[in-house]
Amino acid sequence: MLGLNKKDFSLLLFVAFLAIAAPFLLNPFPASSSLSFLNAGYPALMQLFAIFAIVLIGFNILFGLTGYLSFGHAAFIGIGSYTAMWMYKLLNFNVIIAIPMAMLVTGIFALLIGWISLRRTGIYFSILTLAFAEMAYRLSYSVLTPITGGETNLSPDPVNDPMVLKSEGGLTVPHLFGFDLNAKTTWEVGSWSFTFEAGYYLCALILIISFYIAIRIFRSPFGMMLRAIKSNNQRMSYTGLNTKPYMLAAFVISGVYAGLAGGLLVAMDAQAGAERMFWTESGTIVIMAILGGVGTLLGPILGAGAIKYMEKILSSISESQLHTWLGILPDWLEDAMVYILANFFVGHAWHLTLGLVFMLVVIFVPGGLVELGQRIGNRFRRKKPDTAPSGETTPAE
Amino acid sequence: MGILEVKGVNKRFGGLQALGDVNLSVEENTVHAIIGPNGAGKSTLLNCFVGKLIPDSGSVMFDGQSVLGRKPYEINQMGISRVFQTPEIFTDLTVLENVMIPCFAKRDGAFRMHAIEHVGSEAAIREQAEQMLDDVSMLDKRHMDASSLSRGDKRRLEMAMCLVQDPKLLLLDEPTAGMARADTNNTIDLLKEIKDKRDITMAIIEHDMHVVFSMAERITVLAQGTPLVEDTPDNIKGHPKVREAYLGEAQV
Ligand SMILES: Nc1ncnc2c1ncn2[C@@H]1O[C@H](COP(=O)(O)OP(=O)(O)O)[C@@H](O)[C@H]1O
Ligand SMILES: [Mg+2]
Repeated sequence: MLGLNKKDFSLLLFVAFLAIAAPFLLNPFPASSSLSFLNAGYPALMQLFAIFAIVLIGFNILFGLTGYLSFGHAAFIGIGSYTAMWMYKLLNFNVIIAIPMAMLVTGIFALLIGWISLRRTGIYFSILTLAFAEMAYRLSYSVLTPITGGETNLSPDPVNDPMVLKSEGGLTVPHLFGFDLNAKTTWEVGSWSFTFEAGYYLCALILIISFYIAIRIFRSPFGMMLRAIKSNNQRMSYTGLNTKPYMLAAFVISGVYAGLAGGLLVAMDAQAGAERMFWTESGTIVIMAILGGVGTLLGPILGAGAIKYMEKILSSISESQLHTWLGILPDWLEDAMVYILANFFVGHAWHLTLGLVFMLVVIFVPGGLVELGQRIGNRFRRKKPDTAPSGETTPAE
Repeated sequence: MGILEVKGVNKRFGGLQALGDVNLSVEENTVHAIIGPNGAGKSTLLNCFVGKLIPDSGSVMFDGQSVLGRKPYEINQMGISRVFQTPEIFTDLTVLENVMIPCFAKRDGAFRMHAIEHVGSEAAIREQAEQMLDDVSMLDKRHMDASSLSRGDKRRLEMAMCLVQDPKLLLLDEPTAGMARADTNNTIDLLKEIKDKRDITMAIIEHDMHVVFSMAERITVLAQGTPLVEDTPDNIKGHPKVREAYLGEAQV
C-alpha cells in the first residue's frame, strides 16, 4: 500500500494514529485530578512534539543512514523560522507561502553549508557544522540584526511591514487561505477536557507526510546507498559510486526537514528568535536521536517526544506541587524529598534527570527507546513458539 | 596494444623510489600476474591503476584512455574493478544488497537520485544480483548480514561484487594473503571457474607462487620497483634472475 510493504505501512498507520489521537492519548488524567499536571495534550506542547518529530525524522536521514553527525542542525530550524517570518512581513500571513519558502531557503543554505562541511568526515565534519551554526547564532545578534531582530526577536508589525499580498482587513495571524490556525474546539467529556486546534492538526498532517516520505527514502536505492556509505566509504568509490552527491543530497534533505520545522514553529506562533539556533539546541537534537534509537524509523520520533515532554513537564514542577504530592510522608522525609527533587531532578534541575535517563539508555539499551520497546515486546512474546524471522532485506524499523 | 598500457611509471615516497620506470602491458582476455618480494612495489603499482595514487611521471592507459588524475569511482566506471588484500564489503548490509549496489552503479552511473522508488521494485537488478550469487554458490546466504560471513565467503562476496559489473579488467591484490591452504585452493578454483565462464582480463598481484603458476598466462616479476622480466609461467620458473630476486624465499 502506498508503495510500502505491510510492516512499513502499519508503522505509518501507527504514527498517524498517534498524531491524530494525541489530544486524547496525552490527556489521560481528568482536569480536576492532582496528576493533571502530567497531561501533555494541550496544543502548544503537541505542536512541539510534532515539529521536533519532523526535525528528528530529517536528522535521522543524515545521521541514521550515513552516520554523519551534524552538530549544527538547529541553525536550519532558525533559518526556516526567519524565512517564514519574512514572508509574513513582506507578503502575507498565509502559511501556504511561508512554509514552502522556509523549506526552499533552508535548502539553499544546507546546500552551501553541506558542500563545505562534507569536505571532511567524522569529527571534523561535526565541528564544521557546529561552526556554521555558531556563526549563524552570533551573526543574528550582531550584523544581521536588521534581518533577525537581534535581542528583541522578530515579529510581524502589521502597521509598518509591507505585506503586499495581504488584502484589506486580511488576517494578521498565521492562517491557511484565511482559515485561522489558532481556531480551537474543546470537548468536555466527564471531568476530562480535550482541545483540538487547527494549528496542531496542520503539524500532525505534515508530520505524517514527512514520516511517509522518510520511509520511502529509507527503502529506496538512494537509502541503500547511504547505508552503504556508512558501512564502507572506500568500497563505494571502488564500486563506481560518487559518494559526494549522495552525501550532499542526504544533508540537504535533512536540512529541508529542519527548515520545514522552523517554518511550522512560526506558523504556530508568529515570532522568531536566534536562541533557536544556539548550540545546545543542536545538541538536544543529537540526544533526541540517540535516546530514541538512531537509524530506526520510529526512534527519532519517540526521542523527540520524550525529551520535549521532560523539558516542558519536569521543568514546570514546582516545590509546592511536590509538597502536595508527598504530603502523606512524615514531615521530615517530605521536606528532604522535596529538597532533593526540587534541587536535582525537576524544575530548573530537569537537565539532570535527562542526563541520567540518557546515560542509562546509552549504557543499558544502546539501541534507544526502540530497542527497549523491542526487548519488552520479546519478553511478552517469548511464551508463544518463536515466529520465523522474516526474509525481508529491510533494516529494522 | 594491451587493454592496460603502463609506460615509464615512476613513483617516489620521500627518498624511496617505490616504482622506477615501470613498463607493462596487459593483453585482453589473459590472466597477468605481477609477482615480486615484499616491498617490491606491487601494491603501489596497482594503486596507480585505480586512482588511489598518481605516479610522479609516466602514463597509464586503459582501453585507450588515460586513467591518471581520475577518481577511483571514475576509473571503475571505465571498467576496472578491484579486489582488496583484505575483503572490502558492506558489512552492515545483507549479502544480496552488497551485490545489488554494484549493479546499480553499473546501470545508473556514479550518482542517481532514486529516492522514492522501492528497492524491492528493482526486479531486474535483484535478479542480476541473485544470478551472480548463484554463480559463486552463495545464493542461500543472500539474506545474511555480510558481517557474519566466514573469511572465505567474504572474499567470494567481494569477487561477486566486482564480477557482477562485468568489468573489462579485474584487479586482485594478493587475493589469498593470510589464507589457509584450503581457502587458498578454494579461491584458485573460484578464479579459474570465473575465467572459464566468461571473457575476462585479470591482473593479479600475488606472493604465493602456487597461485601464480596455477592460473597466470603471463607473469611480470617486479623487484625494487622495476620489472625484471616478463614471460610465460614455464619460462619464469627456471629464470635465474627470478631466483636471484627471490633468494632466500622458500617457495621457488
Ligand atoms: N604511502 C606510502 N608512503 C611511503 N612509503 C610507501 C607507501 N606505500 C608504500 N610505500 C613503500 O613503498 C615500497 C613498496 O611498497 P608496496 O607497493 O606496498 O610493496 P608490495 O605490495 O610489493 O609488498 C615499500 O618500501 C613501502 O614501504
Ligand atoms: Mg602489497
